[in-house]
Amino acid sequence: MRFVLRRAGFFLLTLWSAMTLNFVIPRLMPGDPAEAIFARYKGRVSPTVVKALEAQFGIHNNKNIVLQYFDYLANTLRGRFGISTYYFPNPVSKEIATALPWTVMLVGITTLLAFLLGTLIGTVSAWRRGGALDSILPPVFVVTSAIPYFWVAMVFVLVFAVSLSWFPTAFGYTPGITIEPSMHFFLNAIDHAILPAVTILITSIGGWILTMRNNMITTLAEDYVRMGRAKGLTSRRVMFDYAARNAILPNLTGFAMSMGFVISGAILVEYVFSYPGIGFMLLQAVSGEDFPLMQALFLLITVAVLVAVLLADIVTALLDPRTRQNA
Amino acid sequence: MSIVTSQVDAGTAAAGLTTRRRGLGFIRILLSNGKATVGAVLLLIFCFVAAFPGVFTDDDPRADAYDRSMGLSSHHLLGTTAYGQDLWAQVIYGTRQSLVIAAVAGALATAISVIVGVAAGYLAGVADNVLSLLIDVFLVIPTFPLIIVIAAYKKSSLTVLIAVLVLTGWSYGARQMRVQTMSLRNRDFLQAARARGERRLYVIVVEVLPTMTSLIVAQFLGAALYSVLAAAGLQFIGLGDPNALSWGTILYFAENNEALQTNQYAWAVAPGVCIALLGAAFALLNYAFDEVSNPALRPVRRRGRRGVAGS
Repeated sequence: MRFVLRRAGFFLLTLWSAMTLNFVIPRLMPGDPAEAIFARYKGRVSPTVVKALEAQFGIHNNKNIVLQYFDYLANTLRGRFGISTYYFPNPVSKEIATALPWTVMLVGITTLLAFLLGTLIGTVSAWRRGGALDSILPPVFVVTSAIPYFWVAMVFVLVFAVSLSWFPTAFGYTPGITIEPSMHFFLNAIDHAILPAVTILITSIGGWILTMRNNMITTLAEDYVRMGRAKGLTSRRVMFDYAARNAILPNLTGFAMSMGFVISGAILVEYVFSYPGIGFMLLQAVSGEDFPLMQALFLLITVAVLVAVLLADIVTALLDPRTRQNA
Repeated sequence: MSIVTSQVDAGTAAAGLTTRRRGLGFIRILLSNGKATVGAVLLLIFCFVAAFPGVFTDDDPRADAYDRSMGLSSHHLLGTTAYGQDLWAQVIYGTRQSLVIAAVAGALATAISVIVGVAAGYLAGVADNVLSLLIDVFLVIPTFPLIIVIAAYKKSSLTVLIAVLVLTGWSYGARQMRVQTMSLRNRDFLQAARARGERRLYVIVVEVLPTMTSLIVAQFLGAALYSVLAAAGLQFIGLGDPNALSWGTILYFAENNEALQTNQYAWAVAPGVCIALLGAAFALLNYAFDEVSNPALRPVRRRGRRGVAGS
């Protein structure tokens, strides 16, 4: 019980910090950049909206800063994020709802695949210590982890989309075709998703392989693994049921966290492919100076991560009694 | 502890005992570990290029003095950009900013993580609870979106860029520092120091920190790698200083001029290779130091010589 309370407290505190950051950042910046930006809105959006925005961001606002803060908290908790200025006059929440499925599908499935494949490769590579897999993979993935993933995306566009024309260069589907639950649209979307998915897969799998390998190495030195071997179990059984089963525990929590980071997605990969997801939308909001949309997206991303962390905490506590005692 | 920590714990728990004997033998580590040697040589080359760019090119990287979008030639090793600048000169002169960002942001982030982490681990009690909470909050808040949001309000300054990278990059290291300090807290040599009546600050600076040198170095390398990649990403989407010369900004202009679609391969590929190589230098050194502080991870053939308790 104490464990749950503690985690819930952490959840609320972090949520509050993220909301406060959203409130503080535009007000802290020197030279009032927000004011300059809002001056440019005039004529583009209606005067009442400009007024509302100015209130939201604390410009020409004679209200006490503390009162502004509580207004902001109340509005945010009720899900009132305001009107998007980039996609004027649509409310922010509506715009986010159109982008969310794209990211969840693309990054969600790819993250799951990367985790499963990476964990398997890491397990086998640690089991055959000094084997071909074990001596080649770690250094290779140490180097690939240093490659900026947006650049990998650019090179893929160059090679597979521009030079070879195997795949489309950008977007989530061919512009102009109707979005409908048909086979035609589905295949079209898959075709557009392959390159970004492969980019995310190969840039994220290395981390899973390395951590799983290192966990396995620590676990393989345990007595119960030796015991399993001494009992004459097949090495498959020892590898998966004795060693990997324990070694995966720390990775599982990492996996849950990365599922939370799915929403923030591979921002730059979406950017390079102009993929219609959350990450691309965040960057469009930045370049279009759409602050309400930007703030709502940042909050959404944070909440997603927090929920994932909370879930992972609970799952780990269920799976591994040791964590319950320490908490 | 919490979920955020458990992943890190697994890494450091085994690392546990960093020996004092190994102390400052970095040179020995660099020479005895192949990965470390490659990383160090790469880093030295980049440092040299950053310090003396004039040695490698006679061109002014900013002058748009040439024909536009020329191919590779002996005059222009990497060709020219769509603005008529010499790309080789740009890449050479861009080294400095990327390296400065990595070094400064990496060092500052490491300093904060050492201060907060060691304080939390050594002081324990209420102070530890408060500091750990702070670390956890910063660990969980999604950094890259946060960087983007901050940079969106105040772009185009090196100081802001570094400040943002430090703010978002210190927490992971602080967590590791805390775990490591906690495992040291009740060791004999610290109890001896306390029994001698040494002041707390003395114990931390003179007794605790030297035992963690290799962890601190690993921390710096990790933070530097993070800074290189995050800075490149920010500059790539145009949130850096567009007037400053760096690999990320070169990529930004390449993307904006559709270098990929118009067959200007070098423009898009060269700066990326440089970022990857600089990142790889930090990553290789980091991995080597990981092997040093966690003997279990070392290649098998050396296991026989393992003298230190590593489990």
